[in-house]
Amino acid sequence: MTRGVTIDRVSFGYGATAVLDDVSLDVARGEFFAFLGPSGSGKTTLLRLVAGFGKPGNGRILIGERDVTGLPPWSRNVGMVFQSYALWPHMTVAKNVAFGLERRRMSRAEINRKVAAALELVGLTAYASRRPSQLSGGQQQRVALARTIVIEPEVLLLDEPLSNLDAKLRVEMRSELKLLQRKLGITAIYVTHDQEEANAVADRIAVLDQGRIQQIGAPTALYDHPANRFVATFLGTANLIEGRIVNGNFSGGGLVLGGIGGPDGPACISIRPQDVTLGTPGLGAAATVEVYEFLGGVVRYQLRMGEQRLVVDMAHRRDQQAHAVGSAVGVSVDPQQIAVLR
Amino acid sequence: MTEAVLTTSNARAPFFARYNASPIQALALAAVALFLIAFLIVPLVRVILVAFTDEGRFSLVHFGDFLRTSLLRDAFWNSIYVASMTVVVASLIAVPLATILARFRFPGAALIHTLGVVPLVMPPFVGAVAMQLIFGRNGSINLLLNDWFGFRIPFMEGLNGVIFVEALHYFPFILLNLSASLSNIDSAMEESAQNLGARGFTLFSRIVFPLAMPGYVAGAALVFVKVFDDLATPLLLNVTSMLAPQAYLKITTVGVADPMGYVISVIMIVCSLGAMLLSALVLRGRDFSTTQRGGGGLSRRRLGRLGNALAIAFVVVTLLIVLSPHIGIFLLSIATVWSFAMLPDAYTLQHYVTVYREAAPMIGNTMLYCGLAGLIDIVLGATLAYVVLRTRLPGRRLVEQVAMSAVAIPGLVLGIGLLRTYYDVKLPISGESLATFWFMLVIAYAVRRLPYALSAATAALQQLHVSLEEAAESLGAGKLRVLSRIVVPLMTGGLLAGFVTSFATAAVELSATLLLVARAPDAPLSYGIYVYMQSAAGRGPGAALGVIAVVVVSIATYAAYKIAERERGLKSREVF
Repeated sequence: MTRGVTIDRVSFGYGATAVLDDVSLDVARGEFFAFLGPSGSGKTTLLRLVAGFGKPGNGRILIGERDVTGLPPWSRNVGMVFQSYALWPHMTVAKNVAFGLERRRMSRAEINRKVAAALELVGLTAYASRRPSQLSGGQQQRVALARTIVIEPEVLLLDEPLSNLDAKLRVEMRSELKLLQRKLGITAIYVTHDQEEANAVADRIAVLDQGRIQQIGAPTALYDHPANRFVATFLGTANLIEGRIVNGNFSGGGLVLGGIGGPDGPACISIRPQDVTLGTPGLGAAATVEVYEFLGGVVRYQLRMGEQRLVVDMAHRRDQQAHAVGSAVGVSVDPQQIAVLR
Repeated sequence: MTEAVLTTSNARAPFFARYNASPIQALALAAVALFLIAFLIVPLVRVILVAFTDEGRFSLVHFGDFLRTSLLRDAFWNSIYVASMTVVVASLIAVPLATILARFRFPGAALIHTLGVVPLVMPPFVGAVAMQLIFGRNGSINLLLNDWFGFRIPFMEGLNGVIFVEALHYFPFILLNLSASLSNIDSAMEESAQNLGARGFTLFSRIVFPLAMPGYVAGAALVFVKVFDDLATPLLLNVTSMLAPQAYLKITTVGVADPMGYVISVIMIVCSLGAMLLSALVLRGRDFSTTQRGGGGLSRRRLGRLGNALAIAFVVVTLLIVLSPHIGIFLLSIATVWSFAMLPDAYTLQHYVTVYREAAPMIGNTMLYCGLAGLIDIVLGATLAYVVLRTRLPGRRLVEQVAMSAVAIPGLVLGIGLLRTYYDVKLPISGESLATFWFMLVIAYAVRRLPYALSAATAALQQLHVSLEEAAESLGAGKLRVLSRIVVPLMTGGLLAGFVTSFATAAVELSATLLLVARAPDAPLSYGIYVYMQSAAGRGPGAALGVIAVVVVSIATYAAYKIAERERGLKSREVF
């Protein structure tokens, strides 16, 4: 694969607090990559290091084959879209977009042509002479995007770009973003704490927690094969069950599951709520319904099996009777759907 | 392991990278520090040293002399008394006004907000003479009282006069701070207390009063310090038995070498700092800002018919009293003779002609000095604000604090310090003393008004989110381009407001001015007013000059207000 961005054993800290600890990853050219993690995981810090805001204590950052570790932000040719958009209130939309081009020894006509093209790309041609304060949140977002891509950066960095938009617009904008990135063929890194957003836009995701990379992979790979407890619970809901594997059979939390595989010894398995089947008592392990929540398309149960609690989602059918709170049910799980965590 | 690696790598990082600063920024900080050392710290240290030495050795003998001289002891107590009583009288005006404004809706409420600030645009010494004509023993009010009821009220007798004049001038400090505090109280604070059963006095004493306290204390402390340090008002009212006039008289009559002026200076600094410190102590941990999203101050009630009438009557009477110095000075400036009478005998524009003929250079001087001082202030203020907020250079906070502390240094003390420090420094060509060179006035103004410009610049820069600069950097703009295209344009409004404030307040400065003006051609407007006002014949032209000063300062203040308003509008509509 052609290299887009390489982060090589990067560490970063303020004083004694380590924010990033030995982080390495490669982003392919043209790839849409996401940093996903809770707040304080170091994802934004890592993005800012790629942009040149801060210098890693250790390690190197490469864009293409070029080592940019010691370069200031203005000589990196990376475009960053800020969470707050950071549009300059004293300049018009067109001036905002033109800013990055002015220093690049271009004729006035050339600049105007590129600004017009960028604004057309984001559908804001009619707003060129407005001030940022006269635009809606979504329009401001587009200006920020246009301002960044107009300089044709090698990498497009997006720091929680949709977090200031309302829910509906957020969903629209993210598919638009993805289309735009594909059209331009640009390498993009997207920081978010929203797993749904990351799943929807990214080719691959790096999950970060406490300054370390937990797992890197395609969205489905992370969901289906989480490497550890953090990834399993951060991406979607998971029932984690502690137990032992003996001869390929797992036992723990009141469940005995055959055909799991894996080495003998203590183990933790992850079961997604929709992979559990509820039946009449006697079919599978015995459990009691403790909580029932109707969520629309699905019904979510919380079951108790001895010491173990289990979250189960069942598709809702019209006029279907639910299992009542307090009633006994039988629980079974397809071993194919179980992930063994390291 | 990580920590060890990080620490060593940080230790290896070059000095400037470690502090997130460029050499130019470090140099800029050093330049500001140098200015403050040369024109604030060294003069102050000089004053303190002189006060504590006798024949070259440390000694408390001058302080002993101070305590043994009954005139000076009285002056000290008089100063404390006048400053405290001014706080009381100013509170009597400001607290009801602020409460009425915060609590009730009634016609004309907006008018007080505007007129309440008006006294600040006229320095107290300008109005002092006019006040004597209105409230003095044979002034308009007492003549009326005597005619109708056969008694007089000694508004202007001795210390009373100083208290009265100062209170009318400085009450807006309390009004503004208290109003700000009151409008910061979320109505939900009050409502939740009412919901829990509190009302009436309990509600006021347990919720509203404690929440509004910080604003009141801040305003009261400011009034105390300002009055304690004021030199010109007591001098013009012929009250010399106070600390500031005593210090001034010692230095100007006995000479720069007389130690008593320095002892008084030290005592004045201690009292000023003490009052500031005390208010800071009281306010510590009490900086309540309870307004939640969408909140907007206490709920206002509409008044009944009687309530309306009472409120309006109170407001009208208060404003008439408050505006009397302005009215008086205006009448005086167009009066032929005004003495032992309700109103002037006849009216004329002659005084303005006199002023135009004699005092035009003074107006020019004021424009030059205060313009330069304002310019120095915004350059220093913006530089310092930038270094403080955008770098981690060591010592930047200390320099900021030193700059801000100039607020608590009496102009008189700074004047004495500058005079003493630079008296023997001669200018290269003319051989004139640096201390009496006109530019020293500019420097004194700049030092004393720097806190205003620094606050304005800091506020402007704080509203400028770092990402606005970072966005420009990532689009390829270097530090200098970011500064010229993004930072400076966005700070312009704030800087302009800071400039105007510095300019306007410097234009009516008189304490340092009285000490540093050596020759009449160098004198600014404020000095001219003072000199004219000292003779009976000069009152007319003095008042005319005063009116001109008020007009200039009003226009400047209005401009500053408009600029600030526009900035706020721009900011609130800002992206987010």
